[in-house]
Amino acid sequence: MREAAVVSVPNPLQRIPGVAIVLVLLIALFSVIAPGFLSVANLSNVLVQSTILTMLALPMTLIIMTEGLDLSMGAVLTLTSLCVAIVSLATKSMLLGLGAGLLVGTAFGVANGWLVAILGIPPFVATLGTLGMAQGLSLIVSDGQSVVGIPHSVRDIYSATLLGIPVPIVMAFVTYAAFHGLLYHTRFGTYIFALGGNREALRYAGLSPNKLLIAVYALGGAMAGIAGLLMTARMNSGHPTAGLGLEFDAIAAVAVGGTSFERGNGWLLGTLLGVLSVGVLRNGLNLISLPSSVQVASVGVLVIVALFLDGLRSRA
Amino acid sequence: MTDITKEALMPPRSFLSQDAIQVFYRLLAALLICAVLAVLSDSFLSLGNILNVLRQASLTFFIASGLTLVVLTAGLDLSVGANVALSACIAGTVIHKTGSPALGILTGLACGGLVGLLNGVMVTALRIPSFIATYGMLWVLNGLTYWYMAGETLHGFPAGFRQIGSGYLFGLPIPVYLLLVFLGIGTFFAQRTVWGQEIYAIGANPVAARLSGIPVARRLLLVYAVSGTMAGLASIIFLSRLNSAEADIGESLTLPAIAAVLIGGTSLFGGVGTVFGTFIGALILTLVLNGMNLLSVSANWQPLVTGIIVILAVWLDMKTRRRAQ
Repeated sequence: MREAAVVSVPNPLQRIPGVAIVLVLLIALFSVIAPGFLSVANLSNVLVQSTILTMLALPMTLIIMTEGLDLSMGAVLTLTSLCVAIVSLATKSMLLGLGAGLLVGTAFGVANGWLVAILGIPPFVATLGTLGMAQGLSLIVSDGQSVVGIPHSVRDIYSATLLGIPVPIVMAFVTYAAFHGLLYHTRFGTYIFALGGNREALRYAGLSPNKLLIAVYALGGAMAGIAGLLMTARMNSGHPTAGLGLEFDAIAAVAVGGTSFERGNGWLLGTLLGVLSVGVLRNGLNLISLPSSVQVASVGVLVIVALFLDGLRSRA
Repeated sequence: MTDITKEALMPPRSFLSQDAIQVFYRLLAALLICAVLAVLSDSFLSLGNILNVLRQASLTFFIASGLTLVVLTAGLDLSVGANVALSACIAGTVIHKTGSPALGILTGLACGGLVGLLNGVMVTALRIPSFIATYGMLWVLNGLTYWYMAGETLHGFPAGFRQIGSGYLFGLPIPVYLLLVFLGIGTFFAQRTVWGQEIYAIGANPVAARLSGIPVARRLLLVYAVSGTMAGLASIIFLSRLNSAEADIGESLTLPAIAAVLIGGTSLFGGVGTVFGTFIGALILTLVLNGMNLLSVSANWQPLVTGIIVILAVWLDMKTRRRAQ
């Protein structure tokens, strides 16, 4: 009884062990079994490859905090990545490409928010529907083919460095700082906590929970737009299945990171560690030559275990 | 009187009621789509095309009928498509290795059922929300299937086995007979057995269901296992009709199955809907996709249209229910 009482104290610091232990265990495991895992080149590779996921997992954390979910993120990223590729190819301008990606991503985010907030459709079905729509649009705009020959200005974003640090890492860091500031140091952030924890309170305070919800989903769509630019730069092309299943890695990172699916409790630093855990897991399995199919399956197992532990914790 | 007692005192849902009216509207919609397609396309009313629609609808229905029971309990099974792929690949391997279709069919059904049971365990014993648990399962199965197949395609099955999916009996495709059988079993189970009524009760109000002595966890295990087994059955029909198995055959199956359930009037919030409605839903969806095909719309448009239909179906369902209250 006494132990249970101690565990149930809602102190975010108590989550540190969970996700940090997962990360340390994974790193320890792969340092032993995967030759070359601990090299500087490989570790920086893990970081660079985790940047796209970071950009999805951070807004996914906010969405899950509102007791929502966005299954469309991977498909929307695919579509925005194609938009970036097509527009930058046609205009030779990286910025116009990014603008197109942001626009399309935000439009999908607003649509998701509208379906969830105004029409009241359960988030997992609403975003499953928009997943199909984004997937279909991706096939339609690309005709099922890769978009190649995009300008160097797009590709360079992924390979360039700033003061010796790869630009994607700088972008991910800035994104994290912005989300941290937004969630913990602005009124909007406080409202996001209230959206999941106590929506009635928002209404009594004279705020519109619906508008806030739409804003949270729109943020997710916009971030999928920025991540779409990184994806196009990384693949040096637009591909109609580029983001397949990425939303699942994002959900995995959030779940492993200790954000609860049922109590409007979110922790951004945990999500960041969750992203690194997923990145290390995939990279390590890759190094010991297991195919990407096994990586996908192990991320699935990781999520189920994390949710099971989350369930145990909430009952304790 | 509290809500819980009111719910518990509700009489069992009978087939000829609000549900019958809802099904009637949907039948009208299906007929309307048929009329429009008959005007727009000369080949729509050909015997070959109509049999094709029925066969296609039966494949969607097999997956969607099990899923209907899950949705009736206010759950969701997103792993059905991936389950079809894994079951088909394993059943195909067994047939190739042993030469025995019967053994292959049993393995496919067992594989599907086992996956469903695992879903049920995650939802009941581990208490993971069903859409997340089955979504995780989707990726686990996907990974397993791709790893198992390693890019290979299995093809060439015994002629007798291929009859199941592509054969005819008295001029009708064999899957259509299977559809009638499972439509009958599903409707009887849901409407006329105690277990079926308990499933409705769990969806309508899980707390009241538990308080009135229904073994909620065991019934939930059952519906997820049934959903998985039906995916296993669908995998056999697919295998036999395509005469081949590849790791990616399940990717385009889940969204249409969910669409069929929702178009059919089963509510995502549980407790409302019928297996017969799901049959009509599968028919409507197949008619729309078939019509697009006849009008030479590229298959690339299918996910977009299916996505829009899913959202429209949920929205319509919520609207009619709000008006009914």
